[in-house]
Amino acid sequence: MTRAIGASALYVSLAATVAALFLVTFGARRRKEAWLNAGYAATYLQFGLMTAATFAMIFGLVAHDFSIEYVAQVGSRATPLYYTVISLWGALEGSILFWGWVLALLTALVVFWNRSRAGNLIPYTTATMLGVGIFFQFLLVAPAFPFGAVFPVPPDGPGPNPLLQNHWLMGIHPPLLYLGYVGMTVPFAFAMGAMASGEVGDGSWIRLSRRWTLGAWAFLTAAIIAGMWWSYEVLGWGGYWAWDPVENASFMPWLTATAFLHSVMVQERRGLLKLWNLNLVVATFALTILGTFLTRSGVLSSVHAFTEGLIGYYFLVAIAITLLASFVLVAGNSERLVSFGKLEGVASRGTVFLFNNLLLTAFTFTVLVGTLFPLFAEAIRGEKVSVGEPFFNRMTIPICAALLFLMGVGPALPWKEADRATLRRKLLPPLVGAVAGLLVSVFAGARSPYAVMAFAFAAFAAVANIGEFVEGARARMRMRGESAVDALGNLLATNRRRYGGYVAHLGVVAVAVAITASSTFRAEHEATLKKGESMTVGGLQVRLEEVWGREEPQRSVIGTTVAILRDGREIARLDPRMNFYPTSQQPVPTPAVRSRPSGDIYMNLQAFAQDGTNATLRVIVEPLVPWIWAGGMIICLGALISIAPFRRQAPAVVTEPEPALASPAPVAAT
Amino acid sequence: MTTPEVTPAAGMNWRRASMAGVVALPIIALLAFGLTRDPGEIKSPLPGKMAPDFALEVFAPGEPGQERAVGDTIRLSELRGQVVVLNFWASWCLECRREHQALTEVAADYATRGVKFYGVLYNDSPSAGKRWIDEMGGQSYPSVNDARTRTAIDYGLYGAPETFFIAKDGRVAYKHIGAVTDRLLMQKLDSLLAAPAGTP
Amino acid sequence: MRILAALAVAVVARSATAQDTAVRPVTGADSALERRTREVASELRCPVCQGLSIADSPSDLALEMKGLVREQLAAGKSPEEIRAYFIGKYGEWVLLEPKAEGLNLLVYLLPVALVIGGGLFVVRYVRANSAERET
Repeated sequence: MTRAIGASALYVSLAATVAALFLVTFGARRRKEAWLNAGYAATYLQFGLMTAATFAMIFGLVAHDFSIEYVAQVGSRATPLYYTVISLWGALEGSILFWGWVLALLTALVVFWNRSRAGNLIPYTTATMLGVGIFFQFLLVAPAFPFGAVFPVPPDGPGPNPLLQNHWLMGIHPPLLYLGYVGMTVPFAFAMGAMASGEVGDGSWIRLSRRWTLGAWAFLTAAIIAGMWWSYEVLGWGGYWAWDPVENASFMPWLTATAFLHSVMVQERRGLLKLWNLNLVVATFALTILGTFLTRSGVLSSVHAFTEGLIGYYFLVAIAITLLASFVLVAGNSERLVSFGKLEGVASRGTVFLFNNLLLTAFTFTVLVGTLFPLFAEAIRGEKVSVGEPFFNRMTIPICAALLFLMGVGPALPWKEADRATLRRKLLPPLVGAVAGLLVSVFAGARSPYAVMAFAFAAFAAVANIGEFVEGARARMRMRGESAVDALGNLLATNRRRYGGYVAHLGVVAVAVAITASSTFRAEHEATLKKGESMTVGGLQVRLEEVWGREEPQRSVIGTTVAILRDGREIARLDPRMNFYPTSQQPVPTPAVRSRPSGDIYMNLQAFAQDGTNATLRVIVEPLVPWIWAGGMIICLGALISIAPFRRQAPAVVTEPEPALASPAPVAAT
Repeated sequence: MTTPEVTPAAGMNWRRASMAGVVALPIIALLAFGLTRDPGEIKSPLPGKMAPDFALEVFAPGEPGQERAVGDTIRLSELRGQVVVLNFWASWCLECRREHQALTEVAADYATRGVKFYGVLYNDSPSAGKRWIDEMGGQSYPSVNDARTRTAIDYGLYGAPETFFIAKDGRVAYKHIGAVTDRLLMQKLDSLLAAPAGTP
Repeated sequence: MRILAALAVAVVARSATAQDTAVRPVTGADSALERRTREVASELRCPVCQGLSIADSPSDLALEMKGLVREQLAAGKSPEEIRAYFIGKYGEWVLLEPKAEGLNLLVYLLPVALVIGGGLFVVRYVRANSAERET
């Protein structure tokens, strides 16, 4: 029954989406209001149907309805409820279903908030989103059909992939990633809609999609950070980023979207870079599809990859169509994309944005080349090579350092040409900060030039961005006599976009410092300990207390109890474990982490004697790691501040139902 | 995706579009190429080279005809002039169960023709290995224990099972990743037995 | 926040580095050897995991390979010899960073070329599109 409801909802939804696409497109071309409205209604309908299909699947999972192929594939009666629900995205078909549902939701929201706008921009934007929706819904009824029938109905299933049911973060990371990925469809759709309707010249598509872009970017940021966290907590190697193809795939659209968030300000203020911004939006969307392709096609091996299949070819065709359609539209709009503006000066913020874009593009390109090079080498030479962490670190750390530097210069420079006095006043404190950062890091024992450079530039950027807050608040205190706290609050409230950006910058600084510190100053040691024996790592004594075993409904657990002592006093007890799932040959490492703002003690059980007399432990002391996660949250907070409505709210309760998306934002906000 | 109504504001800039296409096409072609490849399949540099020597202790004797006493040390260098099959396996390995019958039967058939089969226990304990052999109903050929995994690394192992065919002159003739079938075993062995010693 | 972060770096890092030399593994190996082992191992790809180095991977095979690296270093082998050994067994695939030679040069040079070319372009663009300085 559930199966029938889900399956028919998918088929009808595909039909509704196709109908909506035609109605919206031809309604706009022939100027038939009724067709347009019918198309919009069909858009809501397909959202309703996708919702029905998704909830049918969740219901099937929770009810352990093993007559549904997908449930039989990922479900098991022993799996706890939380992991049962999130196994919705634990395998290919379910993840596409979830993706299709989020896309349908966003499409409906775009229509709901913008449908009253005159002109063909919104119809064509909707049509683009529906077109993408058709692709995913087609996958759902053809190669990734999740509601296949299983007969005879098995009494139980194997349960989700052990790696996906070993940590609660698996319930957070994938939905964030999908919201980020799918969210990037919206600015892309607005760009395509603007070009198709000929409204690309005035840049209104940018204003309408600005908050969507920021929102999608914030989700993508959160998803990447949550992915790092998951990797750190689950894979047992003590790291959080391995430059794995799938990690790279989520990082590339983030880089191009970040570039867009900056370069779009140049277009809004000076009318430059129109074509470039379109390219960035298209590239971001194409990279999200590429990322999905890399995750799902099995082209590149990765810890995060799903099983392979024919689905890769469909994604390849989707990438080709996306690029083709974009190229044709860009070519057709070439006259409208001519920029007439001028930069306001050489030593100005605009120039910094251009270099920021250059570096982010180079960053993206480096990651892309590195990710695809093994394929290229195999195609040309017939031999596989690896491009891994040492390569990416060597190539991208200088870019990161330069970006940190620009992150300090940008906010310090005015849009207008800066004179010497301004430059001195603005750049002197950050320079002092940079020297301080350099000295502190050298004093702390950093010797690698990369690390010292990173600390110095991070300090530079931090001082510059904090300086903007200080300067703005001081001006308010002086001119309006506000208290320091009021001044800071009002500063944020009156120019959310700008100061939200600076908050995000500070988050990036936190992440950069934490990553550099945790890789530069880490101390690690691995040893086989008998019960009662201890080893010393980073000034801590680590003593093996107990080796134990435990049976749980869905798995068996072998664990150790380990005491951590500082100066002979016990400060913590950790229990690194190995979880054995019936479906997996190899145990799933389950490291234990003690987190403090100053850093983590990370402990993984590498091996154990079967008689329980000894265990091999790997202990890593990693300074500042929690600041990576905190920094990610600060970045998202910055994006949230920027997304919030511009107009200052009256002190009364916010009752305005109209979300900010439709309200025209002032052009030159900064 | 649709490409509705491109109101030709002015001449289409096809040059720019085709330039973008020139950049994008090779990438798509590369990805399409990638779809035809298996990322897990990595060409081993070993075939054609001398098989690395080893000295490993027998922990499971095998059956009469191929039997070696438990505790004996097997050295590859002492087997020169014979065709040798090395099968790396483990009790935790699921694929190994699939290929076990083919291996044990073909080994028994070819023992009379001078082919030596050895199981090499990889990343496992001999006691678990012995239990597994009993559970599977015996193994016709002897198994040695690669206690420190060094032989596995010497042979460039990615996992279990992997099977190496070593020619009479001591060179690796062929390496198979994953479960073997009786057809594959017989085909490889027949060609190795037919070749005179000295040709790979 | 910066101050907090910098302070934390200083405090934690000092305690970590000061104690580093005092780390005495139970197995009795010396820490210089451990460091060199890590250096070599971090450039070799673990065969049973995806994309991790044998220094990072917690898998059994990686642990054994790391042990082999340690032994070879202790026996006086150079990192280059050890790399050559692993390439002989696993092919060039085992290097996490491709050798900078032949076709592989592309992967190193393309990004650099983009930065240089793009940099020149941006400089020209800024010159061409800057308004005259207001006087």
